[in-house]
Amino acid sequence: MTDQPTGVARAAATPTQPETAQPETVQRGRPATGDAPAGAGAGPGAAAGSGDLTDDLLRSDQWTDEMLQAAGIPVMDVPLVSIGGGIGSFVTVDYLRIAGVAADRIAVLTNLDFAWQTYEYLTRVSQIPKPERIRSDSASRPDNIWGFPSYALAEAMSERTFAPLWQVLIEPIGADYYTPKAGRVFAGLERESKRIGWSQMLVKGQVRMVRKRQGGGYFVILTPMVGSTPTKRLAYRAEFVHLAVGYPGLRFLPELQEFRTAHQDFHHVVSAYEEHEHVYEAARTKHLVVMLRGGGIVASRVLARLMDDRAKHGLSTEIVHLFRTYITSSHGPNAWNRRKGAHGFAYQGFNYPKSVWGGQLKARMRRLEGEDRAAAYKLMGGTNTPYRRRWQAQMTEGREAGWYRTMAGTVEQMRLDQGKIVSVVKTQAGMVEVAADFVIDCTGLEADIAEHRVLADLLEHSGAGRNPVGRLDVERTFELRGAGSGPGVMYASGATTLGGYFPGVDTFLGLQVAAQEIADDLARRGFCRRIGTFRSIQQWLRWARNKQP
Amino acid sequence: MLPTLGGRIQTRLVLLAVVGGLVTLIIGPLLSIPAPLSVVYQDTFVILAAVAVLGVGWELVYHFVMQWRWEKDWPTLFGLVTAIPEGLLVWLLLQAGAIPGISGTVPGAAFVIDFGLVWLAVWLVANGPMRVPFIRWRFHGGRLV
Repeated sequence: MTDQPTGVARAAATPTQPETAQPETVQRGRPATGDAPAGAGAGPGAAAGSGDLTDDLLRSDQWTDEMLQAAGIPVMDVPLVSIGGGIGSFVTVDYLRIAGVAADRIAVLTNLDFAWQTYEYLTRVSQIPKPERIRSDSASRPDNIWGFPSYALAEAMSERTFAPLWQVLIEPIGADYYTPKAGRVFAGLERESKRIGWSQMLVKGQVRMVRKRQGGGYFVILTPMVGSTPTKRLAYRAEFVHLAVGYPGLRFLPELQEFRTAHQDFHHVVSAYEEHEHVYEAARTKHLVVMLRGGGIVASRVLARLMDDRAKHGLSTEIVHLFRTYITSSHGPNAWNRRKGAHGFAYQGFNYPKSVWGGQLKARMRRLEGEDRAAAYKLMGGTNTPYRRRWQAQMTEGREAGWYRTMAGTVEQMRLDQGKIVSVVKTQAGMVEVAADFVIDCTGLEADIAEHRVLADLLEHSGAGRNPVGRLDVERTFELRGAGSGPGVMYASGATTLGGYFPGVDTFLGLQVAAQEIADDLARRGFCRRIGTFRSIQQWLRWARNKQP
Repeated sequence: MLPTLGGRIQTRLVLLAVVGGLVTLIIGPLLSIPAPLSVVYQDTFVILAAVAVLGVGWELVYHFVMQWRWEKDWPTLFGLVTAIPEGLLVWLLLQAGAIPGISGTVPGAAFVIDFGLVWLAVWLVANGPMRVPFIRWRFHGGRLV
């Protein structure tokens, strides 16, 4: 469980991402392939036999084998293709490998070198380097489908200390929730990745589209790495397709985007999800006023970094924290639905109430449809952050000393004034002007799924639809509704399916819940064996000895 | 744990039967109960059954209490400290002679060891190893069927 993006791979967030590439959305370096824009339907197609997408292919919802042959696009046969290659693909493929599916029956199409690449980048820039702890439960292990031993037990054994176990015992009442260190998560993923032969299944490139195949199954079009193949495109013919493309993109708050575009200033107004180390470096050299926007975990992490640096290096940094929705106390419609909150923040251990991952809320959400489901999402949703005792102490100190100030309101206007960024904030007490040296956007607004090229193509050509909150509509088995193709099935997991029968999709444990549903559904369809008690024990023993599944 | 009401009851019954039964079988001869082993086993297994039967009622109470938690979870510590009221109730019923099938008397120390070890073993298994044979268990609120 985490509300750090799980990094289910998308067009990768690379550290070298050009800030000016996409003014409307943080697109994170999606390579330009020269294709028609997403959703444009039939762009100028290539000539027949060229090995590229022809008009005929671009226009047709359903393709025949002959159409691919006429276009000169080589076709590979793999029974199951997973698109994305991030943690969403990894967890699903891990399940299938443990269920007995051979590595040569799976292809993972991705532009990532390793499954946790995007996740590692996003956690690092949002102030969770390897030694720091992510916001995720002890038993949410993407490298271990059983969640046993938990991260806490593993840490206790490897570091010869009872402290993590004691914390798990008394959490959340006597201590903060135990959460694993980012470095431990990555190391575990690396080990499991080698164990299941991840690199053998990996095919590097950019997925362009998925289309139904006449006669059943799908074609997945891949633009391989330049120069790696004789043709510009490759087609994968698969009976089953799994989509785990992650977040379609992040949006800036509109006023921040306008300011950045108007002033071409990508230095003083930054997103917490992009490199912004220069802000912390500047704070070490002079007195700064930093304005934070947002009340979620990323705002907490950035705030913690500023406060840590302040204490560690004796800095005089001032922080103005602006909340759009300012939480003053416990909130909720009734006594049994009340979430804690104070000083602007809504407090919650993980990004959903814990029982969505297996308990009462999971069971309840599974039964809800349409408006009722959307309303339930609204009730348990909203920006929130964990209550951590150290952060509380730091914030209290800052409030008392006056270097940490919070306010509630919305920004009406932003302007440059004598080198400062002045935000005109509409508050209940009227307009207030706040001058800051840097503004850090921690709101993490997500773009619409149609901004992702593959998803836009799916919505237009495959019969896939949207759920009550606007993301991809999936069944309880994570099958993409309306996108079936003969015996072929397309599944989706991760952030793109938020709003479905299971809420915690974009988290480690959520990806495992999805993977289990998908693997069980594939077993019902005869693709693999269902993992039963005996196999589960046998495979766990192999995991423990680091032997191949 | 993240239990549903059905999951709570199923998990309790199965774990008490399997893990509790095994522990009871092992520790029976080691308990200082002045009676033949067959009587010791009769008494300890009756106590185990009482914990299971009364436990269904307790689970209703716990489920009700859980509704006041925003997370609708059941922290690890709760699963351990609930041994105190549950143990006390069984002991009081034992003293009152309200548990049918008990032969003679069970000394307090033997009861504490028996009840405590069974509870600890069940709690430990539920908080980790249970996930190995039953990979769907934790995502289904503790239900096994």
